[in-house]
Amino acid sequence: MSVLATLNQRRAQARIEQRPGAAVYAFLAVILAASLFPFYWSFLIGSGDAGTLSDTGMSWIPGGNFLANARSVMDNESVNFWRALGNSVVVSSVISISVVFFSTLAGFAFAKLRFRGQHGLLVFIIGTMCVPTQLSVVPLFIAMSTFGWTGTLGAVIVPGLVTAFGVFWMTQYIAQSLPDELVEAARIDGASLFQTFLHIAVPAARPAAAMLALFTFIMSWTNFFWPFIVLNQSNPTLPVALATLQANYFVDYSIVLAGVLLATVPLLVLFVFAGRQLIEGIMRGAIKG
Amino acid sequence: MATEAARRGFVLRESLGRWDVKLSPYLFISPFFVVFALVGLFPLLYTGWVSVHAWDLLGGEQGWAGSGNFAFVLGQRQFWVALRNTLSIFLLSAVPQLLVATAIAAALDTNLRNKTFWRMSVLLPFVVMPVAVTLIFGSMFGERYGLVNRTLADIGLGPIRWHTDPLASHIAIATMVNFRWTGYNALILLAGMQAIPRDLYEAATIDGATWLRRFFRITVPQLRPTLIFVIITATIGGLQIFDEPRLYDQNGLGGEDQQWMTMTIYLYKLGWTQLNFGRAAAVAWLLFLVVVAIGLVNLAITRRIATSEERAT
Repeated sequence: MSVLATLNQRRAQARIEQRPGAAVYAFLAVILAASLFPFYWSFLIGSGDAGTLSDTGMSWIPGGNFLANARSVMDNESVNFWRALGNSVVVSSVISISVVFFSTLAGFAFAKLRFRGQHGLLVFIIGTMCVPTQLSVVPLFIAMSTFGWTGTLGAVIVPGLVTAFGVFWMTQYIAQSLPDELVEAARIDGASLFQTFLHIAVPAARPAAAMLALFTFIMSWTNFFWPFIVLNQSNPTLPVALATLQANYFVDYSIVLAGVLLATVPLLVLFVFAGRQLIEGIMRGAIKG
Repeated sequence: MATEAARRGFVLRESLGRWDVKLSPYLFISPFFVVFALVGLFPLLYTGWVSVHAWDLLGGEQGWAGSGNFAFVLGQRQFWVALRNTLSIFLLSAVPQLLVATAIAAALDTNLRNKTFWRMSVLLPFVVMPVAVTLIFGSMFGERYGLVNRTLADIGLGPIRWHTDPLASHIAIATMVNFRWTGYNALILLAGMQAIPRDLYEAATIDGATWLRRFFRITVPQLRPTLIFVIITATIGGLQIFDEPRLYDQNGLGGEDQQWMTMTIYLYKLGWTQLNFGRAAAVAWLLFLVVVAIGLVNLAITRRIATSEERAT
């Protein structure tokens, strides 16, 4: 028995220490190349001129026009690049903060408090994740035009203020990571539920909140369909501005792809600094979901 | 006197506390329900209502239409073309994506050097917005000067008409979807793989099972819940596809002969270029039904595959 146990243990160690063969690295290197190539391609075309894309003897070394092309993007009046950038920052930040706050609050209630209908309400919230957004686009647009909100950032922000995914995510995390004793101790000390939330639940939920914020920020930064419908060219977010850019410059892809790179850089920077947390968040969410 | 005040204070605090315990939980979860009621539930019911009325973008409601909008939409050739295109693009993206993502996840599940580096490299495309992905890949899939056709010509193959032939355009659009989502799904599958108890593998290794055998007999069946999750989210997202076909050409209406016009593009066309909201709402409901139907089919298939493999072991 003990011989078998040590044998098993040695096997387990061998498994841990064993590095994969070259084929695995080669395969991953191909995937890495496929991930990077479109970025290089954009820079290659974006640093050329109107003729680069159709040049059959095209060089694989970038040209020197990137800044000039970037300038054409920024100076174009109908694209409104700076305004789009500012709007994207505002929309994504407000939505992220709001989603994190309201989801943590609701997650705390679902995970640590007892109230009638608790289970049914949580199931209902999860159920709403399966309803496609397209289903509500028509009436939501009618409602927004009735309120006179079309063309304003509010029309993009309000529908995103809190998400079912966020509530579900925070409920899972708080249920696991916040000990009931801490909540009870705060209650015995006379703290109200909201005070308990602020001083006990919020600090405990911080790692999950950071991941949720990151994920929500990326989702709203890249979101196109609803902003495209409800906003207009004069007050766009970045994806909407890119659509305008394409419509204006579809013959000159060097300018279009320079604009694409400019719109992508902010999230690339975010990814460099917070990519690890994003990976952790996606993987953690997967096991629970 | 003083004790009386203290007692009263205590009672007050106690009753406040009771209300706090009773009411606060509902207050805490109310933001979701308020927002959902405004932008989810109300629109949902309203879509139903609009879909049975004649409705004009400028003039509003124009009277009862009954099932007229549905009958009109279902009688249009365009609707069925849109349905075909949506399903075709969905299959061309979901199936290869799932296979490659599983392969990537299996590669990442080994004891790699620089794990974080490889995981990040796989996830990198996820931060590029679909609109940007489409513009980048659109420039590669040009019919005359595109990189892809030029490369094909170099190896002696004829040009593919990426913007004329329906199937070719679907492949191009599916490539864009796959670029952005394969790595993301690979990470989810990786998380699923890491949750599989290691002693299952130990036992199989002792029994002399090869890597391939272990993969199909242990990994795949054990991954079932994760696979269902990935497939369901891919279905809901994939069938609503809009960004890629919208920006695949500069007109954005799905091609001259509707080669790549998807359901959501059709919805947009009815609502915002033909200004007919009743018909657009009808398409929205039909799209919802398609999502539910495909979701159920997927669930049935996943269940069958996984259980038959479990039985085989």
